[in-house]
Amino acid sequence: MFLLRRLARLAASLAVLLAASFSMIHLIPGDPVRAALGATAPAELVAARRAELGLDQPIHQQLLAYVKGVLTGDLGTSFQTREAVAGVIADRLPSTVELAVLASLIALLVAVPLGVWLAIRTHNGRNPGSELAFTTVTGTVAAIPEFLLAVGLVVVFATTLGWLPPAGKDGPASYVLPVLALTVGPIAILSRLIRVEALRELDMDYMRMARAKHLTGRRLYLRHLLPNTLTATLTVAGLLLASLIPGTVLVENVFAWPGLGQRMTESILQKDYPVAQAVVLVYGAVVLLVNFLVDVALGVLDPRSAIRGT
Amino acid sequence: MIIKNLSVRFGGFTAVDDVTLEIPAGGIVGLVGESGSGKSTLARAVTGLVPYTGEIVGADPRRIQMVFQDPYASLDPRMTVGASVAEGLRVPRAARRAEVERLLSLVSLPASLAGRYPRELSGGQRQRVAVARALGARPDLLIADEITSALDVSVQGAVLNLIRSLREELRLSMLFISHNLAVVRYVSDTVAVMHRGALVETGPTEQLVASPTADYTRSLLAAVPRLRPTAP
Amino acid sequence: MRALRSPAPLAGLLLVTGFVALALLGPVLWGQSAARIDDAAILQGHSPSHPFGTDNLGRDLLARVLVATRLSLLLAALSTAISLIVGVPLGVLPSLLPPRGARAAAGVINALVAFPGLLLAMFTAIVAGLGARGAVLGMGLAGAPMLARLTQTLAASVANSDYVSAARVLGVSRRRIALRHVLPNIAEPLLLNVTLILGGSLLGLAGLSFLGLGVQPPDYDWGRLLLEGLNRVYVDPEAALGPAVAIGLAAAGFNLLGEGLAKAASRTASVVRDAAAGEALEQVASQGVLSVRGLSVAFPGGAVPVREVCLDVAPGEIVGIVGESGSGKSLTALAIAGLVPHPGRVTGGVSLCGQDLSALSPRELRRLRGTSLAMMFQDPMTTLNPAMRVGAQLAEVSTTHHGLSRKDALTRAVDRLRRVSIARPRERARQHPHAFSGGMRQRAVIAMGLMGTPRLVIADEPTTALDVTVQRQILCLLREVTDETGAATLFISHDIAVVGELCHRVVVMYAGRVVEELPVEDLVSGAAHPYTRALVASLPDMDTDRSLPLATIPGRQPSPTEDGPGCAFAARCDLATERCAAGRPPLVRYGPERRVACWEAP
Repeated sequence: MFLLRRLARLAASLAVLLAASFSMIHLIPGDPVRAALGATAPAELVAARRAELGLDQPIHQQLLAYVKGVLTGDLGTSFQTREAVAGVIADRLPSTVELAVLASLIALLVAVPLGVWLAIRTHNGRNPGSELAFTTVTGTVAAIPEFLLAVGLVVVFATTLGWLPPAGKDGPASYVLPVLALTVGPIAILSRLIRVEALRELDMDYMRMARAKHLTGRRLYLRHLLPNTLTATLTVAGLLLASLIPGTVLVENVFAWPGLGQRMTESILQKDYPVAQAVVLVYGAVVLLVNFLVDVALGVLDPRSAIRGT
Repeated sequence: MIIKNLSVRFGGFTAVDDVTLEIPAGGIVGLVGESGSGKSTLARAVTGLVPYTGEIVGADPRRIQMVFQDPYASLDPRMTVGASVAEGLRVPRAARRAEVERLLSLVSLPASLAGRYPRELSGGQRQRVAVARALGARPDLLIADEITSALDVSVQGAVLNLIRSLREELRLSMLFISHNLAVVRYVSDTVAVMHRGALVETGPTEQLVASPTADYTRSLLAAVPRLRPTAP
Repeated sequence: MRALRSPAPLAGLLLVTGFVALALLGPVLWGQSAARIDDAAILQGHSPSHPFGTDNLGRDLLARVLVATRLSLLLAALSTAISLIVGVPLGVLPSLLPPRGARAAAGVINALVAFPGLLLAMFTAIVAGLGARGAVLGMGLAGAPMLARLTQTLAASVANSDYVSAARVLGVSRRRIALRHVLPNIAEPLLLNVTLILGGSLLGLAGLSFLGLGVQPPDYDWGRLLLEGLNRVYVDPEAALGPAVAIGLAAAGFNLLGEGLAKAASRTASVVRDAAAGEALEQVASQGVLSVRGLSVAFPGGAVPVREVCLDVAPGEIVGIVGESGSGKSLTALAIAGLVPHPGRVTGGVSLCGQDLSALSPRELRRLRGTSLAMMFQDPMTTLNPAMRVGAQLAEVSTTHHGLSRKDALTRAVDRLRRVSIARPRERARQHPHAFSGGMRQRAVIAMGLMGTPRLVIADEPTTALDVTVQRQILCLLREVTDETGAATLFISHDIAVVGELCHRVVVMYAGRVVEELPVEDLVSGAAHPYTRALVASLPDMDTDRSLPLATIPGRQPSPTEDGPGCAFAARCDLATERCAAGRPPLVRYGPERRVACWEAP
């Protein structure tokens, strides 16, 4: 029941996304093909490209053809390079996913212990110094956007020190800077959220009860506290993955990372609409899918949230 | 006033099941039940806060007023006491001030309190303000939903005395809801017992307490903690 | 504005003010030097006349960064305005529309929130074309769903509050409820968030410009300058440094200010300095399980909610502590159990099973309390860990303190659950607490206390959250357990009737002090202290005369920070004389098992 409702919601969101990406090319004022090819392009070429996109057909047939195309994996052809768009995505998507997944894992592994540890340290106003330092540092770090950090990292580690490659995807060393640029901000944000959540749990009666049992500290925190912050952790982890995706667009551009984001920027700048349209669709679908999986995982792992959901 | 065949359903769950209850003019009907018995849902239905089936005869729906359990939550923190009390008044603007003062004095509060904010008041004072606000609408029926359960005993006594004196002075009909049978017994003329959404027994207070007919009422009576133990 | 006294928000405010001033003055002061083309100084690095170098037309980069402040902030403000204009009305809709419309509006918000803002912004930028207009529109629309969600959450909590229900019952119109109740109560948190959204828009727009999708030449904002700087970052890193520092500082300024304000708004109490320690304690030998002498709990700021409490509990005895909220009864219990929350300070002597707790090491203390003390709290819904099976929560007491193996401990747990009359204990032990009813949870908590052989049971309002019929069962179980184990029980309650039924002896607390102690039989008609008598008289029970008004106690209990020289109850007392205001009556013995603190008591 719970799963069915979530599936229905996913399907509805995907349909909205599909409609949005379809309507994109129609919302562009003027003639998008003429705009893309430039004023000097011969009229025959423009007409040919219009026919290729099906723009000369009635709108409902265009929609039908578009949906059919998406479902069969035919996403059209690039204006600029004449490659099949589906091929471009298959070529670029893995690099982006690699970056995003690696960054999320590292962020979680650092942020969860950090947040819980600080919650324990600063519970009930203990160690006000630590709390101030933590909130100030994370607050400042969280405010630094990925692309600034990326530029800074390039300047320090690639240009000045020359330790790591400044750009491209070539061997393990080339992963270090992009992943670092992507994780620092999320670690700051995540560890703050986890700390707040853990503080809330620390105030619950069952923690008081557990303390009243005079258990050892390790047992108190690992067995009682940590599992109860799981729900919050999973929720933010889902948000994190979804929010990392736009982050990758910027970071890929700084590091010339051969991913989807870099290609998307190029395509927008060059008015290569078929590619841009498809990339927006893929990004959107990935985000929706991640959200769906997190919801389902929450339902399975935390009986309370499933009860709430139904 | 009569509540006739009132039911409230949330999805497949029946919270209030076919309740029929008469509230005589100028009388206080006590409604007692445990958590989840549907007594608060019944109150919310009668005041129109939740949709219901069935009918309410003999009362203008707009002249049914309610006082809530938690006096800390039932007053808008950003409105002065005077503004809160004035909100439901149906008198000309010029007469408002005097009317607010009259209502406050009715619940034994000084008129000077009208300019204060709820956070400056004690729990008992806030509950009096909530009563004054409800009285401002000149209600045919006042519903008191667990109005003393968030208060300390010493304050509870004063609020209960207020309820009794209002009945004497204004001949107000009241539905007094509480989980505390001793409190209900003290203020009510008639007691109705609710269990799992349905009424199990209704009767004049002394009679119901002395010789209950329903099993559930008996177990409820037996469970009430007593200061002066009769037979443990 | 107290928030601005702490360093972080103050720094934020200074930064934001600085940048706003720069936006106003920058183009006036440096506009010319930022536009001056110098063929002799193309693409230069750092030099005294050009600290950040020059661009491909020889224009001074420092001046350009300073001048770009205006456009950067202006665009961020415009996009925030768009977010507000679209987001707030959308967010208010669900609490204003009738149910069906409200669901639809909430659905729209949910669907929109699922998409990352930057993607929405890019989508808009594609449609609206490259340039500042598209970017601002895109960022503005991208920020709207989050703002709508925030507004929706805030409005929903206000719309569900009792005071809105009360207004609806009074017949106040929807429009008026929205204007008088909902908007004023959500305005403050919303405004605080505007600062944060401004910072976010600034970063987002800089990001778009940085990708080349935002501001187009010849206009320039910080993002555009950063993009131009990045192309030559290997040669002159300082060219990218200027805009990067500007973006970072501005974003940090908005963030620090916004968070500081939000924190100040949510904080209610403030913590000040250390308090004085309690007075010296009186040493008395006692053969009871629990013996408390001169126990005080103090909090920084001068609040002393528990003052010099003395009490003894013998084996097999149930002692009730009654008092109204704020009398210090619960903190007394927590202090005995060693659970007073930080930064509370406990002074005085507690001896448990003949051992002075102050003489024990932390390790011995934990072992003694872990094995001989059992606790019960008010809300059985939250005292069990929702993420652990009930059996495991019981078993860990024995694996930790009695050295039992996990299997043996679990067997004992099942046995204990059976002891407290939980049906099918083996099955129940494998369940999580959410499958238990309130009464069953409280039974499980008692079973937890029975894992060892408790010498002292401390029950803090254990039946307050339960229905009367369930309360009766739990009280019976508590009495059985006390009789069976010979444990001493300390039962804390605000309900004198419950205490009167269960306990052997009653301790009455007022304003942090014990004012009377007496056997339960004397509670109704033999109490000596005027407060005890008023408390009993104000409580309606099944035999109260319905024709008489209830006794009331005028006035209020002094707060934990107030401590005059006299009796704390004097101001509310009918019997009070000058003596009561001048000196505090000591707690004196006046009969077997009876003590009272009153000058005028008969």
